[in-house]
Amino acid sequence: MKRKWNWPVWGGFVFTVAGLFSYEFFARFPITRDFPWANFLLFGIGTAFLIVGLFRAFGRPQVYRGKIFGLIFAAIAVLVLAFFSYAIFYALRQVPASSGAPRVGQKAPDFLLLGQNGKPVGLGDLLSNSNGVVVIFYRGFW
Amino acid sequence: MRSFQRRLSEFDARGVRVVGISVDPPEINRRQSQKQGYTFPLLSDPKTKIIRRYDVLHPGAGPKGADIARPAEFLLDSNGIVRWVNLTGNIAVRARPDQVLEVLNQLTLAGQ
Repeated sequence: MKRKWNWPVWGGFVFTVAGLFSYEFFARFPITRDFPWANFLLFGIGTAFLIVGLFRAFGRPQVYRGKIFGLIFAAIAVLVLAFFSYAIFYALRQVPASSGAPRVGQKAPDFLLLGQNGKPVGLGDLLSNSNGVVVIFYRGFW
Repeated sequence: MRSFQRRLSEFDARGVRVVGISVDPPEINRRQSQKQGYTFPLLSDPKTKIIRRYDVLHPGAGPKGADIARPAEFLLDSNGIVRWVNLTGNIAVRARPDQVLEVLNQLTLAGQ
């Protein structure tokens, strides 16, 4: 008798991969970037599907297929989740202390740097005729 | 950066300027400005001179181990005095414009 296709195994794999590759999209929005709950939700759904699929494959092997793919996808899911968790909970948090950064009440160091139109822009220019300046240091697009 | 561009009119209305600083050369900043529609200055500090002066260097965190700036935000008053600083402990978590606007509202209320 032909055994049935064990779709939760494949569904779980698709959700796991989607959880990883959707990070670039979700990171565009602060609400899904500050803590990547949307990605973890996808991983959770993927894991649930994989567990269901593995129970089917190993619990009722005469009815369902998917033992080999189930194990391969489960292993991939564990690796993906481990890598993602490492990046989110460790790698992204390795930021220098910046203990020498200007503090509240101190004068901000002056600067004169080239702007995107190739003309120099100084802190003095920004401060003149303004009520203040928000200086944003960012990692850059390289 | 995109979020600050979206709320830029609210900073304009308060007479507060927004400026970005990174190691990117002016060509990259020009391209990014065109692509993302940034109308505030993006300044180029390829030798990390100013980035070091503000102690916001992230050594070796760039492409091929290059030194870059870590995310950091400073609010300066019209005298160039720091009124608020945000030094994130997580590269993915940066200051949002509403945070800075809230600080500006409080400073205005305090008569600064």
